[in-house]
Amino acid sequence: MATLNVLILVCLGYVVLLFGVAFVADRLAASGGGKWLRSPLIYTLSLSIYCTAWTFYGAVGNAARSGLEFVTIYLGPTLVMVSWWWGLRKLVRIGRSQRVTSIADLISSRYGKSNTLAICVTTLAVLGGTPYIALQLQSITLSFSIFAEADPAGLYREGSSVFWVAAGLAVFAILFGTRNLDVNERHHGVVTAIALESVVKLFALLAVGFFVVWGIAGGLGPTLDRIDASKIGQWQVDAGRWTTLVFLSAAAFVCLPRMFQVMVVENDDESHLRTASWAFPLYLLLMSLFVVPIAVVGLDLLPEGSNPDLFVLTVPLSQGNEWLAMLSFIGGFSSATSMVIVTAMALSTMVSNHVVMPIWLNTQEGTGSVSGDVRTIVLLARRVSIAAIMALGYFYYRLSGGGAALASIGLVAFAGISQILPALVGGLFWRGATRTGALVGLSVGFALWIYTMLLPDMGGGIIPNSVIEYGPFGWGWLRPQALFGIEGMDPLVHSVLWSLSLNTIAFCVASMLSFPSPLERLQGAQFVNVFDHSTALRGWTGSVAQSEDLMIMTQRILGTIPAQEFFQAEAERQNGRRGRLPEPTPGFLERLERELSGSVGAATAHAMIGQIVGGASVSVEDLLAVADESAQLLEYSSQLEAKSAELSRTARQLREANTKLTQVSMQKDAFLSQVSHELRTPMTSIRAFSEIMRDTDGLSAAEQKRYAAIIHDEALRLTRLLDDLLDLSVLESGQVNLNMGDGTLRAMLDRAVSSALAGGERPLSVRRVRSSERIQLHTDLDRLGQVFINLISNAQKYCDAAEPILTISAHDVGGQVVIDFIDNGSGIPPEAQSMVFEKFSRVGSDKAGGAGLGLAICREIMQRLGGEVTYLPGQGGAAFRVSLPLAYRQAAQ
Amino acid sequence: MSPQDAGESKPSPVRPSLFLERQSYRRRRLADAARLLPFLGAALFALPLLWPDSSDGTKALPLSSAIFYIFACWGALILVNVVFGFAARRMSVGENAEPEAETWRR
Repeated sequence: MATLNVLILVCLGYVVLLFGVAFVADRLAASGGGKWLRSPLIYTLSLSIYCTAWTFYGAVGNAARSGLEFVTIYLGPTLVMVSWWWGLRKLVRIGRSQRVTSIADLISSRYGKSNTLAICVTTLAVLGGTPYIALQLQSITLSFSIFAEADPAGLYREGSSVFWVAAGLAVFAILFGTRNLDVNERHHGVVTAIALESVVKLFALLAVGFFVVWGIAGGLGPTLDRIDASKIGQWQVDAGRWTTLVFLSAAAFVCLPRMFQVMVVENDDESHLRTASWAFPLYLLLMSLFVVPIAVVGLDLLPEGSNPDLFVLTVPLSQGNEWLAMLSFIGGFSSATSMVIVTAMALSTMVSNHVVMPIWLNTQEGTGSVSGDVRTIVLLARRVSIAAIMALGYFYYRLSGGGAALASIGLVAFAGISQILPALVGGLFWRGATRTGALVGLSVGFALWIYTMLLPDMGGGIIPNSVIEYGPFGWGWLRPQALFGIEGMDPLVHSVLWSLSLNTIAFCVASMLSFPSPLERLQGAQFVNVFDHSTALRGWTGSVAQSEDLMIMTQRILGTIPAQEFFQAEAERQNGRRGRLPEPTPGFLERLERELSGSVGAATAHAMIGQIVGGASVSVEDLLAVADESAQLLEYSSQLEAKSAELSRTARQLREANTKLTQVSMQKDAFLSQVSHELRTPMTSIRAFSEIMRDTDGLSAAEQKRYAAIIHDEALRLTRLLDDLLDLSVLESGQVNLNMGDGTLRAMLDRAVSSALAGGERPLSVRRVRSSERIQLHTDLDRLGQVFINLISNAQKYCDAAEPILTISAHDVGGQVVIDFIDNGSGIPPEAQSMVFEKFSRVGSDKAGGAGLGLAICREIMQRLGGEVTYLPGQGGAAFRVSLPLAYRQAAQ
Repeated sequence: MSPQDAGESKPSPVRPSLFLERQSYRRRRLADAARLLPFLGAALFALPLLWPDSSDGTKALPLSSAIFYIFACWGALILVNVVFGFAARRMSVGENAEPEAETWRR
C-alpha cells in the first residue's frame, strides 16, 4: 500500500520535474534554441489545460450521474476548433497584431482602450475563476483524502493540506509566470511544463481506461454490454441541457482567461491553429473515450454512495493496483496544477494591468515623467495578484465547504465567463458594437448570472430560501430560478438562457443607440477588418527631447537591454545607422506603445506614453477636432472668398463708374472748349466788323450795309447756337415739357419738308410714298417735326450727289413706326458713323457752318419721345432711321 | 529570409483579378468547405436529441449505440479536419500573393 508519505514524495518529485522542464525551456527559449518549443504540438498540448481536474475526475462523476451528458463539455470546444477558420483565426490574428495580453485587454482594446471595460471583464473573470480554482483545490484535497483513508498511519488534516497545496501552486505560478516581463507575454517555460502535464494526464486517464476495459471488464464487447446493463445504460438526455451545455462549453472555451492565455497570448505562429484544429479535438476525444466505461465499472464495483467523482482513483485502488492509482493521482494533480497556474497567471496579468497599474499611474500623475522602476512594480503587482487570487480560491473552498459536485461548480464558472461572449463576438464581427453596448451587456449578463446562478448555487444562506421560493419581497416573477414566472426549467438552462440572451439584447440595443468615440471606431475597424490591415494607425507626435524620457520609461518596463535594442533598431530604421536616439515619429511611438502594451496592457501603455508625450499626444479625437476646425475654416474662407468676390465686383463697378465720370468730365471739358470755340468764331467776326465800322471813316453806305449784315448774320448764328445749346441742355437734363398732340405722319412730313427746303441754296428733290404715311401719331408734334426738319436739312446741306435726292419712307415694323431718310450721296464714312450723334461732331469740312448739335438734339428728342434715331449703314447714301413706338398711337386711340 | 518573405517582396498586382486560377479556385472552395464544417458538426451533434429516450414510454436507445454514434461523428469530424489542414497547407505553398494567404510578419 502506497503510503501518504510516498504520495507526497512523488508529488514533490513531479513538481521538481515540472520546475526543471520549465526552467530548461525558458533557458532554451531565451537562447533562441529549442525550435520544438514553438511547435504546433506544444501549442495543442498547452490548449489542453481546458481539461482540468474537473474533466479528469468530474467527467466520470458526471457520466455516472447523467450518462452521456458529460460529452457536451468536449463537443463545444471541438466545434469551436473545427470552426477555427471563422473565429479563432481572427481572434489570434487580432491578439497578435494588437499585442493583446489578456481577454480583458482585448475587450478594452476593441472598445477604445476603455479601462472601465477592462476592469469589468477582470472582475467577472476573477469572480468566475475563483470557484474554479477552489474546485481544483478541492479535487487535489479529495484525492489526497482517498489515499489518506487507505493509510491509517498518515497524519492527514484536510484544512492544512489545502493550504499547502494552494501555497505551493501560488509559488509555482509566481516563479514561472512572473519571472520575466516578456514583451510578447509568452512564457515558454510554463507552456512547456503544461504540455508535459497534458501528456501525463492523458496517459493516466488512458491507462485507467485500458485497465478498466481490458483488465476488469474483460474486453470491448463485455464493456459495452456492461454499459447497456448499467443504470445509465439508456439514452437519456435532456435536450435543453444538451444544447445549452454544448453552447456554454464552446463559449467558455473562447472566453476563459486561461484558454485565451494559451490560445491567443502564448501563440507563436498562426499556422499552429491549423494543426490544433484537428489535434485538440482528437485530444478531447481521447480524454473522454474511457469516461463512460470507468463510470459504469465504478458504479458496478464500488459500494453504493461512494463518490463517483473519484472513480478514476478509487477503481484502481479497489483492485489493488496502487501504481495505477498513483499514476491516476498524478494525472489529476497535473490537471489541477496546470489549470491553476495558468489561470492565476492570466488573472494576475489582468489585475495588474487593468486595476493596479492604472491606480498606480494615477497616483504618479503630475510628476511629469514615470518615476521608479515600473518593471518591479508590474512584477510585484502580478505576484501579489497571484497570491491574492489563490487566497480567494482557498477561502472560497473553505467557505463553500467543498460539498458541491465538481461539475456544477465548473458550470457556474463557465456561465459566468461566457457573459463576455456577446461583447467579444460583437467586437470581432460587428463594427457597430460600442463601448456603451459592451458595458451595458456585460453588466446585465453579470448581474443576472450572479442573481440566478452564483448566489443560489453557493447556498450557505447568502440568499434566503424564501427568496428562492417566492422571490424577493414576495414578487414571484423575480424568483432567481424562475424569472418572469417561467418555471420548470433546469436551473442551469434557465440562468444561461436569461443571462446570455438579455446580455446580447442589451449589448445590441445599447450599441445601436449609442455613438462610439473616434478611437473606438478606429479600433473597431481594425478588429473587424483585421485581415485587410494588420497595422494600426494612430497619431502620436513628440519632440526629440522626449525620446530620452521614452527611453528611460521603456527601460523600466522592458528591461535595459531589450529597450536599448528596440530603440537602436528603430534608429537604424529611421536614419539607417545606430548610435543615436530615434526621433519620436508617430510610427515609432505607435510601435513603442504596442511593445509596451505587451507588458502592461494596451490601456496602461497608452496612458504611459500619453503621460510622457503629454499634451503633444495627438489622439484621434484631436485629429477629428482639427479636421472639424479646418472644415469650419474652410467654410469661413469660402465665405470670405464670396465676400471678396463681391467686393471685387463692387470695385469693378466703382472703377467703371469712375471711368465713366472721368469720361463725362472730359466730355464736359471738351464740350466747354468746343462751345467756347463755337461762340468765339462769330464773336470774332462781329467784333472785327463792328471795329471796322467804328474806326474806319468814310465807309460807303453799301459797305456799311454789308458789314452790318455780316454782324447781323453772325449774331443770328450765335443766337441759334445758344438756342441749340439751351435746347440740348434742357433735353439732356430731362426737364423738357412735352406738348403732346395728335396728327398724321403725312401732314407732319409735309410741313417739315416745306420748312426745311424753304430758302435752301441747293435743290433737293424729296421722294415720298404718301400712301404709307397715313399713320396717326400721338406725340409732341413740334419736337418730332424739329427732328424731321433737321434730317431733311442735313440731307440738303451734306448730300454731295449731283442731283441730290432724299427718299423718305415710312413702315410699320414690329409695333414701331419706322421712318427712313435716305439720300443718294456718298454717305457718312464708317469710322465717323458712331460719332455723328455726338455733340459738335461734324463730318468733313466745316463748309456748311453748322455747330454740329443738330443730330445730338435729334437723338435727345427721340429719346424723350420714347423712340430713337439711328444711322442705317449700307443704304447707298446717308440714311437715318427714326423709329417711334406705336404704343403712343394706340394709347391715343 | 523565408520563402514567404520573398513572395511578399514581389510587386503585388495593382488589382486582383475577378477570376482565379484553378489552384486558387480550389483553395477558396476548400476554405468554404472548412467554414461549413462546424455547421455539419453541430447538426450531427444535435441529431441525438431526436432519439427516443425512456421518458416517452418507447424503448430507449442503448447507451453503447449512442456512444458509438457520437464518437464516430467526432472521429469523422477530426479526420475531415486533418485532411483540410494538410490540403490547405499544401495549397498555401507558393500562393502568398493571394491576400488570403498573407502570413503574419513580426
